[in-house]
Amino acid sequence: MGSRTPREGPHHRVWFAGILVLLAAMLLVSITAAVMLGPVAIDPGTVWKIALSNLPGFAGKVDQTWSQGQSHIIWDIRFPRVLLGAVVGAGLSVAGVAAQALMRNSLADPYILGVSSGASVGATLVILLGAFSYFGQYALSLAAFMGALVAMGLVFLLARVAGRISTTRLLLSGIAISMMMSAATNFIVTMAPREEGIRTAMYWMMGSLAGAKWSYMTFPVLIVLAGTLLFLLQYRSLNALLMGDDTAVTLGVNIQHFRIVLILTLALLTGTLVSISGSIGFVGLMIPHIVRLLIGSDHRRVLPVSLFLGAIFIVWADVLARMALAPEELPIGIVTALCGGPFFIWLLRRSSYSFGGGQE
Amino acid sequence: MNMKVEEISYSVRDKRLIESISLEIIEGEFIGLIGPNGSGKSTLLKNIYRVLKPDRGGVYLNGKDLSQMTQKETARSMAVVSQEANMAFDFAVMDIVMMGRAPHKRLLESDTARDQEIAERALARVGMQHAASSSFATLSGGEKQRVLIARALAQEAGFLILDEPTNHLDIRYQLQMMDLVKALKLTSFAALHDLNIAACYCDRIYVLNDGRIVAAGRPEEVMQKELLLRVFGVKTQISRHPSTGKPAITFLPEMLVN
Repeated sequence: MGSRTPREGPHHRVWFAGILVLLAAMLLVSITAAVMLGPVAIDPGTVWKIALSNLPGFAGKVDQTWSQGQSHIIWDIRFPRVLLGAVVGAGLSVAGVAAQALMRNSLADPYILGVSSGASVGATLVILLGAFSYFGQYALSLAAFMGALVAMGLVFLLARVAGRISTTRLLLSGIAISMMMSAATNFIVTMAPREEGIRTAMYWMMGSLAGAKWSYMTFPVLIVLAGTLLFLLQYRSLNALLMGDDTAVTLGVNIQHFRIVLILTLALLTGTLVSISGSIGFVGLMIPHIVRLLIGSDHRRVLPVSLFLGAIFIVWADVLARMALAPEELPIGIVTALCGGPFFIWLLRRSSYSFGGGQE
Repeated sequence: MNMKVEEISYSVRDKRLIESISLEIIEGEFIGLIGPNGSGKSTLLKNIYRVLKPDRGGVYLNGKDLSQMTQKETARSMAVVSQEANMAFDFAVMDIVMMGRAPHKRLLESDTARDQEIAERALARVGMQHAASSSFATLSGGEKQRVLIARALAQEAGFLILDEPTNHLDIRYQLQMMDLVKALKLTSFAALHDLNIAACYCDRIYVLNDGRIVAAGRPEEVMQKELLLRVFGVKTQISRHPSTGKPAITFLPEMLVN
């Protein structure tokens, strides 16, 4: 039994546009709800009035019906965190789609090229050993980003044989480098002089949005938008890639060149996200599968829908992470895995979805 | 469209897989390529359709050097149907046929009603229009192969390469597929496994052994028992079939004839 995918045509374009509008609305509602929820509950009207009053051009034009404290909680603490969650979720899902196409492997996720383990080395160096203190508050992000890039650079070099990149080599080098980087991280943790640092490092490695600030937002937003746009522009080549390397070539894709573009974009995208939020697992693996199950494999549709669904998912996962054991906070990676795992198993039991493994 | 291969060689490390191969295909011809496993059939075809790059020699389409063309230009003049693709993720049939339009599209260009029409017509020509919105994975082997031919048709290329397209298919679908491809009247080059099918459908046949072309000509010229014994290592009896008028190859197993 096969899932039927809607056909092309003007009618279906309207249908798809409708889905995107619906998802955008859902994201907006989710963001509003996530900002409202917290130790101090605030109603939705106030949430958006505060947001509006902080936008350039609106200052002073909105009647102030809230306290300074509320404004501080909403605008300086909750909004950046929720929006960062949306950006990270969107970016990781889109990166997951691209990684699965690049590797033609249903188990590929944004961290497949060793990003998260590389970033962890950088982050633990900063957290536990106080490295790169020269860069002040940016030391952590910067070190994580550099770690991610170094790991991916190594994977990239290892995967090249005689100037060509093979998918299998890319996958295996990714795994090898990840293992070595994880060992390095564990070594640093074991050697750590301070106990409390280990806890911080663990939190970071399981992912957290707690450090969100408005000032951290610009770069990730730009990178996620640019990356998604680039993937979307190349949707035909991504589709062709899923048919196999040889077929992609015969459909006019310059595969060596395209693969390098994909790897570099993926590196930059995931490196940026990991450096600000740690490695939040499961999103990049799960969301693309869910989306394909719902609307088929055509990347023109998979990419935008994944973007929205990933954003919505992380926004709610972070709400859970904040609320479940309040006032204690869970690392968001625990929430994504706990919610994602059972869902994934349910998906696995559905016979009609093949996970890219063919008919069996 | 005319296709010319001039003196191409390809080796992996020190092993020569194909050695100075030259051949020529004239507009409208249906040309077969036969040879035992490991003789270099697939390597030769991959060198032609640019998955591999020849060490020496060149491939020319209508006199134009393939290595000077972009990948997209090549895909607009040459389409390939290979053995049933091992696909990573499932697509709707129509999505797959529309992929054939990709080489005609620029970066920001969207699919037009004309692309849609071309894809629909291609699907109709292989008799699969009813399955346009079905999922590819649920089709039978023969149906999948027909969809891949429709994709090749949507490419609107003048030259079609078939890389052992009927492997894994039941005999009924093998014949159906060959009838279909033949009826398209495209200039075609097909690597074929089954000697009788090759003899029935091809205008001319190239025989490949150990990376070299050892014979070429019309089926009745090529299908000679000495040659088949030398290349394939089997004893055969060859007759002209009374109904098809084509050479019919009967294999004579050692245990029965001695």
